[in-house]
Amino acid sequence: MIGPERHAALSGWAFLAPALLLIAVFFFLPVMAALALSFTDFDIYALGDLQRLRFIGFDNYLQLLQSPLFWIALGNTAYFVVVGGPLSVAISLGAALLVNSRLTHGSAWFRTALFLPVVTTLVAVAVVWRYLYHPRYGLLNYGLSLFGVEPIDWLGDPNWAMPAIILMAVWKNFGFNMIIFIAGLQNIPPPLYEAARIDGANAWQQFRYITLPLLGPTFLFVALMTMIGYFQVFAEPYVMTQGGPANRTMSVVLLMYEEGFRWWNMGYASAAAFVLFALILAATMLQLQLRRRGSS
Amino acid sequence: MSRRSYSWLPALLVHGLLAAGAMLALAPLAWMLAASLMPPGEANSYPPRLWPSAITFEHYTALFTRLDLARYLFNSTLLAIAVTVISLLINSMAGYAFAKFRFRGRDRLFQGLLAALVIPAQVTMLPLFLLLKQFGLINTYGGVIIPGMASIFGIFLIRQYLLAIPDSLLDAARMDGAGEFRIYWSLIVPLCRPILVTLAIFTFLGVWNDFMWPLIVLTDSSMYTLPVALANLSGEHVQDTELMMAGSVLTVLPVMLLFVILQKYYIAGIMLGGMKG
Repeated sequence: MIGPERHAALSGWAFLAPALLLIAVFFFLPVMAALALSFTDFDIYALGDLQRLRFIGFDNYLQLLQSPLFWIALGNTAYFVVVGGPLSVAISLGAALLVNSRLTHGSAWFRTALFLPVVTTLVAVAVVWRYLYHPRYGLLNYGLSLFGVEPIDWLGDPNWAMPAIILMAVWKNFGFNMIIFIAGLQNIPPPLYEAARIDGANAWQQFRYITLPLLGPTFLFVALMTMIGYFQVFAEPYVMTQGGPANRTMSVVLLMYEEGFRWWNMGYASAAAFVLFALILAATMLQLQLRRRGSS
Repeated sequence: MSRRSYSWLPALLVHGLLAAGAMLALAPLAWMLAASLMPPGEANSYPPRLWPSAITFEHYTALFTRLDLARYLFNSTLLAIAVTVISLLINSMAGYAFAKFRFRGRDRLFQGLLAALVIPAQVTMLPLFLLLKQFGLINTYGGVIIPGMASIFGIFLIRQYLLAIPDSLLDAARMDGAGEFRIYWSLIVPLCRPILVTLAIFTFLGVWNDFMWPLIVLTDSSMYTLPVALANLSGEHVQDTELMMAGSVLTVLPVMLLFVILQKYYIAGIMLGGMKG
């Protein structure tokens, strides 16, 4: 006869076992294997015959740091994160404020409409946007021409390709953060605003001194999640530009994919994946640090 | 509330901005649908057409007759349903364990799993490919299903939900002599119904819309999911705008319908994930 505590522990582990086993084998093991792989010269020959695998220390990382293409991919990814991330968060917040405004009628309808792009398939809408961006027949250039704007070769011009991808990505995912912001806004007690109005605070002052500070934790969560997601940009350039023109939309993950799964340089690609991971981790720490300093 | 009658200008501005935003959000989807119904070549005309001159379904028929769309639709549906059903079972058991059983190292283990959420999935993809190759799972449904059978986020969501349910309910069932699996299956699962529906939608949409992993692991075109097939076709058929739009509609429509029908659960899930995170 086993005691109730031991019984609870055993039952707990039993319920946990399938998930833990799967996560260990298909997540933690690969993470560690990737780290090991990044210190080897695993390539197409090693794929056929593991005898050919050699340990090469930090060579992959050194090679990455000396590769101009890697720095270009890093720069493009940073562009996407630094411009696209804040833009997405700002638009999400703006949309949430509008939907949640006490002036708004039919907010459920607006919320659904604004959210709909989120549930769509990225590849499918990337294909759609490729046609919208067509320099001659695309709807976007036509719309702009009504305002006298000259046609832009959105995806073919090295200077416009990344902004075009950012615009599409923001359209696709701002609705997700909008929902989180709406939840955050609804958690702010209405009496705070009433008191502020009685004291004569205008709309901007209410936003600045009530909404923004009380939205702090939500804001941090949204900013972090968006940043982490944007670092991993892959399908947009894969479908819309294949990394071009002139590598101007080559992202780190796209580079990793090409090196790893097209050329089978898996050691080198693993090193690229780990550099990305390190960057995400560093950027996350930095944001948490800034936030902590800001609130103290 | 009496102020509302004086503030028609801000209200007009708010509704104007919302209407403009909603239009921008929906316009690409509306154009996709319109172009998919246009006669061949009409989507590439100047000035661009917003509405088909004559509605035709020929591109939809072509997708099923000339191209293998039925196959991709089947693959996508099968994979999404399989991952959803299996992962729901496994994640709910694990979430239940974390919420309702006391054992040594439980909280540290849970914290560790949460911390692992910052590791981008791409880090695992290269070794995972090699691992699945050892098991002979490349280019099989199993290659997509098995790595998706447990998810940390899913476990987290279930745990959060179950924490709010009082232990006394479980104790009563134990007093009645019900076995642990019985309690899970006939008490916990029904109690979790709303969060299970939420997680089911998340998972189904996630698998349906996923691109990178199926692209890597499904190498033969007969195994492609809709997004992989669409990305592939959009290279070959870049000139057939209307055909590609029909393909996009068929890819997007099932998940949009699912969302519109179950939107309450989906939105609640984002809020739960967002608040507790």
